[in-house]
Amino acid sequence: MTESNLLPSGKPRIESLEMRGITKRFPGVLASDHVDFDVKSGEVHALLGENGAGKSTLMKILYGLYHPDEGQILLNGKPVTISSPNDSINLGISMIHQHFMLVPTLTVAENVALGLPSSRGALTDLDRVSNRILELAKIYGLKIDPDVYVWQLSVGQQQRVEIIKALYRGAALLILDEPTAVLTPQEVDELFVIMRQMTRDGHALIFISHKLHEVVEISNRITVLRDGRKIGTRPTSETTKQDLANWMVGREVGFATDRGKTDLGEVRLQLDGVQCGSDRGTPGLRGVSLEVRSGEILGIAGVSGNGQRELAETITGLRKITGGRVRLEGQNVTNFPPGELTARMLSYIPEERMRDGVIREFTVAENMILREHHKQPYSHNGLLNLRGIASHADTLIKEFRVKTPSRDTLAKNLSGGNIQKVVLAREISREPRVILAAQPTRGLDIGATEYVRGQLLEQRRKGAAIVLISEDLDEILALSDKIAVLYEGQVMDIVPRENATPQMLGLLMAGVHPEEGAVAVK
Amino acid sequence: MISELFTTTVLIGILASGIRLATPYLYAAIGEAFGQKSGVLNLGVEGQMLLGCFAAFYVALTTGNLWLGLLAAMIVGALMGLAMAFVTVNLHAQQGISGIGFYLFGLGMSDLLFQKLLGTVETVKGFPKIYFPGLSDIPGIGEIFFSQNILVYGAYLLVPLAWFVLNKTTLGLKIRAVGENPDAADSLGVSVARVRYFTIVLGGTLSGIAGASLSIALLNVFQQNMTSGLGFIAVALVYFGAWKPVGVLAGALLFSMVNSLQLWIQVLGIPVPSDIAVMMPYILTILVLVATVSRVRAPSALTKPFERED
Ligand SMILES: Nc1ncnc2c1ncn2[C@@H]1O[C@H](COP(=O)(O)OP(=O)(O)OP(=O)(O)O)[C@@H](O)[C@H]1O
Ligand SMILES: [Mg+2]
Repeated sequence: MTESNLLPSGKPRIESLEMRGITKRFPGVLASDHVDFDVKSGEVHALLGENGAGKSTLMKILYGLYHPDEGQILLNGKPVTISSPNDSINLGISMIHQHFMLVPTLTVAENVALGLPSSRGALTDLDRVSNRILELAKIYGLKIDPDVYVWQLSVGQQQRVEIIKALYRGAALLILDEPTAVLTPQEVDELFVIMRQMTRDGHALIFISHKLHEVVEISNRITVLRDGRKIGTRPTSETTKQDLANWMVGREVGFATDRGKTDLGEVRLQLDGVQCGSDRGTPGLRGVSLEVRSGEILGIAGVSGNGQRELAETITGLRKITGGRVRLEGQNVTNFPPGELTARMLSYIPEERMRDGVIREFTVAENMILREHHKQPYSHNGLLNLRGIASHADTLIKEFRVKTPSRDTLAKNLSGGNIQKVVLAREISREPRVILAAQPTRGLDIGATEYVRGQLLEQRRKGAAIVLISEDLDEILALSDKIAVLYEGQVMDIVPRENATPQMLGLLMAGVHPEEGAVAVK
Repeated sequence: MISELFTTTVLIGILASGIRLATPYLYAAIGEAFGQKSGVLNLGVEGQMLLGCFAAFYVALTTGNLWLGLLAAMIVGALMGLAMAFVTVNLHAQQGISGIGFYLFGLGMSDLLFQKLLGTVETVKGFPKIYFPGLSDIPGIGEIFFSQNILVYGAYLLVPLAWFVLNKTTLGLKIRAVGENPDAADSLGVSVARVRYFTIVLGGTLSGIAGASLSIALLNVFQQNMTSGLGFIAVALVYFGAWKPVGVLAGALLFSMVNSLQLWIQVLGIPVPSDIAVMMPYILTILVLVATVSRVRAPSALTKPFERED
């Protein structure tokens, strides 16, 4: 083998990998339908598709976590069997999962060393592992401390640990399943720098993302999946974002959202110098004052960890307020329990929908009546009315285009985007007076994103007061009537949409007042 | 009367028997800690101990060889562990319930074997005290630390050994990972099943030794249900010790010292109602558990069966 066939890790390249005719069935779903897919050394091959199209499924098959019902995998032209992650790791394949696979109570070095043979036999060799991590970190310009515990790291840092894990194992092919969904734009840029270096070195990369501009920026080829089937593969240079969107969804997709005009009504939600504590290190809230009127969307912009979570939790009654006041429709509801706020028609679309939005082991239909289960027509005299629940579920599934085999499917078996639709359907269908939406389109495909945004605007038209927390500036600018920027637990400024520009918001998010050019005093 | 407790002889006696009485707790709780670290709660410890207790006693009695007795206890414990591992790892059984099943099995089986094979309470000559020339003769210290039997020393050696395995070996790393995030371990090619089989069988073996330490090293008899809840205390000690071998050691010592104290109170005839005296260690356990458990977090995957989604 010549020098040029080796990766910097000393492991051989994967010149080509080919999946042929891959088919996978789950109860009620054909998740993968005779799909062909291939990737070569030195390229980024992007995989696109709506929520539930079968992207993660295809990749889990390649990594040995799922077993295909039909199909074949060829490595450098030779058929291989991959029946467990052990097999794929031995072949030089690594995967960064949509939900990270790290052990929070172990250090970075321990996470990297896990499952690998040690140079000291039965004893661990964490000092050597740490040194090698630092070497790799230097080659790829990653900042990382091998000795800290993973639970202490931010999401972006955790992702670096995942990448180091793969590099350390000498991965020649790396699968990245929605690696950017939880990253800030800066962190995405850093990731792309690493990815480019990896392809220059001869790695083969598979990249999944719902953000078309990312796909266009980083990939060499793009494959689109729809409903488990492959629609086609094209070189990135021959496509545009608009083409891709239409191709994925199978119809024209509009990027521009028309906000229209609404009449502002009375103040529905008012925060007055609200203060609260925080979990770890983040500042909590330090005197936040805001108000939202009927028919108005208030966007909350800011870099993650500047009090967004605490704001959502104080408004919904999940976190104790230590100072200040919250009013709902003019009445003081400070530190009211969540149930009381729900009864006053406050709806909440939480950020961590898998954890806070649905009960994973409940069916779609049950999840859809979580808030109203004690009311007619879902129950009567303490007994559930199954027929009422079923017809309600069927209506919402149709109306919100939830992709699910049936209303009795468990929530945990839906794809990420469809879980979000279940939450949204439940929260919006009750005609709320105030809606708090936290990252409502994170991880959603463009079709679903368009739909969710449309729904929020529809609720605004119907007179709901909406607080939209989002780290996506495009989203904030597309939907909001006015924008508040959170920085270190305080509101830097509140600007009307007409006066806001991305540059100005970016400065405010960094704690700088544009006109003064001065850093905010803490 | 109370003042009798504070004579040197009695204090030395209390400490010496306290050290000795910690033995079965240590074996059983360290074994249980391995299981829990890997995410498996084994409530069958008591049953494993009872069968180990009987096996050791019966084999020692019939062959006259204590080491064979100990080996028999280890094999019986390991087999019980194997069965528990099969039920929890392969059949994904609810761990609390299956553990209680194994306890009841051990309780009934040891009783049945006792009735069939022995019929009456007999005694064996257990492992003798070890004499360390010089050291054993030091007043006080000698009696407390240097005149115990081999199984007592083994129990204390187990503590640093367990710490070393858990924290300094690749196996220990796998055990900790599997107990916290089995999906992550699995995705790196670590066999969750194999790791859990190992820890549960190891736990069973150590529970067997714990039982043997009662019947052929400390009390040297076998009676029905002679562990009387000791295996359950061992499970509690793992929580008490925050899943750390040193913590388990501290808990075992605290518990056995209080136990030893109450035994001496009874021996000396100090007028404390004996029911209350006997309850002392248990009340203490509950109090300490209440005070400590909320502070430390159990391994995240504890009691959760692992299954790849496919
Ligand atoms: N373990 C499972 N059991 C049952 N159904 C499943 C399972 N995993 C996936 N599915 C189904 O297979 C289909 C494809 O899911 P998959 O997770 O591959 O989608 P995806 O393209 O990755 O979507 P997203 O963009 O939302 O992550 C979905 O309909 C999903 O409900
Ligand atoms: Mg996916």
